[in-house]
Amino acid sequence: MKIIAQIWTVMVMNIRSLPQRLWMSLAAVLAVAVVIFVLLAFLAMANGFNQTLSGTGSEDIAIVTRDGSQSELNSVISRDGVNIISTAEGIAKDKNGNPIYSAELYVVVDGIKRTTGTEVNIPLRGISSSGVSLRDQVTIIEGRMFESGKNELMIGSSALREFSGFELGREVTFGKTKWKVVGVFSTGGSVFESEVWADARTVQTQFRRGSSFQTMRMRLANTGDITALEKLIEADPRLNFNVETEAKYYAEQGNALSGIVIFGWAVSIVMGAGALAGALNTMFTSVSARTTEIATLRAIGFSNTSAFMGTLFESVVLSLIGGIAGTTLAFAALDGLSASTLSAGFTQVVFTFELSPDLFATGIKLALAIGFIGGFFPAWRAARMPVVKAFG
Amino acid sequence: MSETLFDLKNVRKYFTRGAEEIHVFDGLNLEIEKGDFVAIMGPSGSGKTTLLNMLGGVDQPTDGEISFSGDRIDNLSEGALANWRATNIGFIFQFYNLMPMLSAARNVELPLLLTNLSAKQRKENVATALELVDLADRTTHKPREMSGGQQQRVAIARAIVSDPKMLLCDEPTGDLDRETADEILSMLQLLNRDFGKTIVMVTHDPLAAKYAKRILHLDKGNFISEEVD
Ligand SMILES: Nc1ncnc2c1ncn2[C@@H]1O[C@H](COP(=O)(O)OP(=O)(O)OP(=O)(O)O)[C@@H](O)[C@H]1O
Ligand SMILES: [Mg+2]
Repeated sequence: MKIIAQIWTVMVMNIRSLPQRLWMSLAAVLAVAVVIFVLLAFLAMANGFNQTLSGTGSEDIAIVTRDGSQSELNSVISRDGVNIISTAEGIAKDKNGNPIYSAELYVVVDGIKRTTGTEVNIPLRGISSSGVSLRDQVTIIEGRMFESGKNELMIGSSALREFSGFELGREVTFGKTKWKVVGVFSTGGSVFESEVWADARTVQTQFRRGSSFQTMRMRLANTGDITALEKLIEADPRLNFNVETEAKYYAEQGNALSGIVIFGWAVSIVMGAGALAGALNTMFTSVSARTTEIATLRAIGFSNTSAFMGTLFESVVLSLIGGIAGTTLAFAALDGLSASTLSAGFTQVVFTFELSPDLFATGIKLALAIGFIGGFFPAWRAARMPVVKAFG
Repeated sequence: MSETLFDLKNVRKYFTRGAEEIHVFDGLNLEIEKGDFVAIMGPSGSGKTTLLNMLGGVDQPTDGEISFSGDRIDNLSEGALANWRATNIGFIFQFYNLMPMLSAARNVELPLLLTNLSAKQRKENVATALELVDLADRTTHKPREMSGGQQQRVAIARAIVSDPKMLLCDEPTGDLDRETADEILSMLQLLNRDFGKTIVMVTHDPLAAKYAKRILHLDKGNFISEEVD
């Protein structure tokens, strides 16, 4: 009990004396806040990106791309290829006994990013009504579905929010062709919302793709089971394709941003080292400013534990304030903030920064770590302070 | 019938500064009796503060023995010394050494945080000590709101609140004007006479030394003369 009272007294004294070291202490708090903010920004970005992509893939859908193509963009599937694959077992059938699949095109068109005004690549998907039905939760928010054979477009709601020039009713020019925006659709936050959709056959003609497609999607008879498709592709040497569930495909695309997480941590650790240096400096200054106080308390009979804990506590409190400021700011400024970035396929994926309680905890933990390490060595010095210093 | 409180036998104290070894004490002997009021005088650098530090258990001799009430204190561990100081010694410093962030009452309470007294008992003892130094009306004041003399009185209250046998004072009036110094010295004299506190006081001021029962002159690590009042 006695030791608790001693530690408490020293803590109270240290905290009350903070205003005397106001600017230095504020600088230390600010440094920690910035580090935590930056870390959370990176993590929230990766979090949001992953959520968008992992929210996209379904285990019920398989996606076929040309073997070796990293994304839909550089994949090609001929009309014949589509026809052969559509005969595979394991594809679900509609009530007339026809396989449920969609052969799609995926090309890039120009758009203007609203925030920066810069030209960016937007994915234009050539799709048919069967393709639309392969996506869960597709709803037309405004306007209508494009008609086949016409140069008509529908734009995803995320894409509309991020990029200008695709407002409902607008005429858009891609190369020498003119298109009209007739509808706005939502897919419940998945990556498809970052896309522009048009009729597959129209895209084939207007983009001179002949009769070839780029990817093929099909509903699986059994959730997650692509073995029959794999067998078919392996057995036929003409079929140089790769098949995956859509869930796996988008999870892999999401991993493209795991580099961001590593980069975010690396930046945060470098900056954290700076904040740590600041914390150490602040606390060493605090200890030397309190030399007489500490030595006097020790002369009176206070234990060196109280000197140690009091200093450590001051440092942890300062860092904690910084940590709370940094996380709060991150939540206030970033959570739900919409952003778009290049996906692996060099097209824009629109996603929002997602902060979570987990990230909050991560931020606070890092702040505590900085406070603890930044306080430990100065606290050690305080504990080892010669008592004779009390006598000047 | 007198009782020896401090007994120093053949105390040596060396400091090393760089390659140089400074012999502050080279076989010092000293006895201080219970109830004594000793003033220690001497030129700067003669070792007055060093001696006080060793008596107070904040510094240890290089060699020799220091006993307090018959028990050796020169070989105690740091933690044991801290406990020993808490029960036996009250320090009074030249610059008061109050905690600037704490009120007078909180400053005086500090030594009691090392005891098992309840908060209520602590409060009572603090009030008694502050009354004794005539500061009952200043309990909530912070040190910077008080004059030097008042601050030193708070420091005296802090030194006596846990009722130690010994008061060790290093130039307690060194920073005060004559009148205030006399006030403080009378207070020490009263504590010695009426409350039986044994006091060792280092001072440069011959007038201050006159308040003591005996004056020791320290020079080059030895007592060269002793005046008894
Ligand atoms: N920690 C130390 N390291 C090295 N030398 C020291 C140390 N403490 C004291 N000394 C030396 O020991 C000698 C005695 O010092 P001390 O402080 O006891 O003198 P003093 O009599 O109190 O002097 P003053 O009247 O100036 O306060 C001095 O020469 C001083 O330089
Ligand atoms: Mg001195």
